[in-house]
Amino acid sequence: MPGVILFAILALVAILSAIGMLTSTNAVHAALFLVINLACIAVFFLGLSAPFLAMVQVTVYAGAIMVLFLFVIMLLGAERVPLSSRLRWQAPLAIALVLALLAVTLLVAFSPQVQGNLVNPRPVPPEAQGFGSPQAVGETLFARYLLPFQMVGLLLLVAMIGVVVLTKDERKPTGHISENAQASDRAA
Amino acid sequence: MSDFTIFLIDATVKSVIIIITLLTGFAYATLLERRFIALIQQRIGPNRAGPFGLLQPVADGIKLFFKEDIVPLQADKVIFTLAPAITAVPALIVLAVVPLGGEVNLFGYKTTLGLANINVGVLYILAVTSISVYGIVLAGWSSANKYAMLGGLRSSAQMISYELAMGLSILAPVMLTGSMNLQDIINAQKDVWFIFIQPIAGIIFIITMLAETNRTPFDLPEAEQELTAGYHTEYSGMKFAGFFMAEYIKMIAVSAIAASLFFGGYRLFGLENLLGGWMGPFILGAKVIAGLMFMIWLRATLPRIRYDHLMAFGWKVLLPLSLANAVVTAVLLALGMFPAFA
Repeated sequence: MPGVILFAILALVAILSAIGMLTSTNAVHAALFLVINLACIAVFFLGLSAPFLAMVQVTVYAGAIMVLFLFVIMLLGAERVPLSSRLRWQAPLAIALVLALLAVTLLVAFSPQVQGNLVNPRPVPPEAQGFGSPQAVGETLFARYLLPFQMVGLLLLVAMIGVVVLTKDERKPTGHISENAQASDRAA
Repeated sequence: MSDFTIFLIDATVKSVIIIITLLTGFAYATLLERRFIALIQQRIGPNRAGPFGLLQPVADGIKLFFKEDIVPLQADKVIFTLAPAITAVPALIVLAVVPLGGEVNLFGYKTTLGLANINVGVLYILAVTSISVYGIVLAGWSSANKYAMLGGLRSSAQMISYELAMGLSILAPVMLTGSMNLQDIINAQKDVWFIFIQPIAGIIFIITMLAETNRTPFDLPEAEQELTAGYHTEYSGMKFAGFFMAEYIKMIAVSAIAASLFFGGYRLFGLENLLGGWMGPFILGAKVIAGLMFMIWLRATLPRIRYDHLMAFGWKVLLPLSLANAVVTAVLLALGMFPAFA
């Protein structure tokens, strides 16, 4: 029962922060609402007995990626979002699509045909208990999916080198690091 | 009472005790800093309020409380008010996963000293420290002041850069014990501290912890000559006290974490078992005070590093070094040439 109450509160916070992100006219506020949303999702991972994912979610998304977003917004002074946007026509479409998604989700959650719905949840099988532990994630990444994992790593390395090359100063090196190179290092 | 109620009471009481200890520790850390620096510089330091100046933190608190609370006209008021809280909260909650002692018996109720003994404790520490950047960057931005903005960007860039080397240096104790649980890491150091087995990782952690807490020689956000007071230029009264508190509580927290990862935590030659296990918190406290005095001593000794040198040091020296240390440790462990502590 405490779990359900916690879930309800967090779900409300997550939804409200998502709405806040979409409706705020200040880009910094929008980014902060997104941070709250990501933190809520991290707690959901905890509730699903995946503590490793929860912590990584906070460290990587809330702690690294969103800070970089904030950096860019602040350095460019781009926090004011223009009110008259060319994307106005998207709003009614988005509302329609959200309602459709909501309808399908509710249908699945309460339909008697679906096994393990909200009314009678399926018990968690014993072999799935430790699936979110660091050991389980590590074994899956480094044993079962080793090659794809290494290839993603290579791809990221290439992107990183590309960023360094693109932001390199054209002038003679003076032994002084430019602000750009640092920003791209962090981005990579 | 159901198990859940007992758990709830247990956790609440422990949280309250930890937070009160940290707040008191913050007040007396400021006094320790002023008295100890005065000693090093052959001055007297604050000694008027109470015996040995022991009431000085109270006097400072009252002064800050009665100061006028100014919010700049152009400031983003909500974020300006939230920023000190966002800085202080991570500092207060990071100690939740640090074990403060073994199991003790309190009037027949058995409990472990320490709030949460979770399996991803090390990751929790990294997650919480990565959140603490927000308070500083938002304080700088919301003040609508160039110096505050530059100070905020500088210190957050510094914290993000040094976080990488810090994470990689924490990897060494994790690899040695094969666990991210701080209790396991402390138990593995029963005989020999990890600072002696992994000196490079230990030294890198100590350097990065100074950078994370914005202490000398990495206190660039507060480079007065260039940036007035950095990100907290526009803050006064209790909001300023929030940042001040966060800095000192972070010092206490990183000292406790460094003690747990590299200096044996609450253990010391089996002395922690005295008094029915209640010695543990005192041993950890002594190690924390030693860490605080080390940081204060450094402040009295070292000059500030120039900003580009700081960034170059972080990215070109600490990061490759910690990466190489992690790789060498991993290879040696895999070859079985390193003592494993699992």
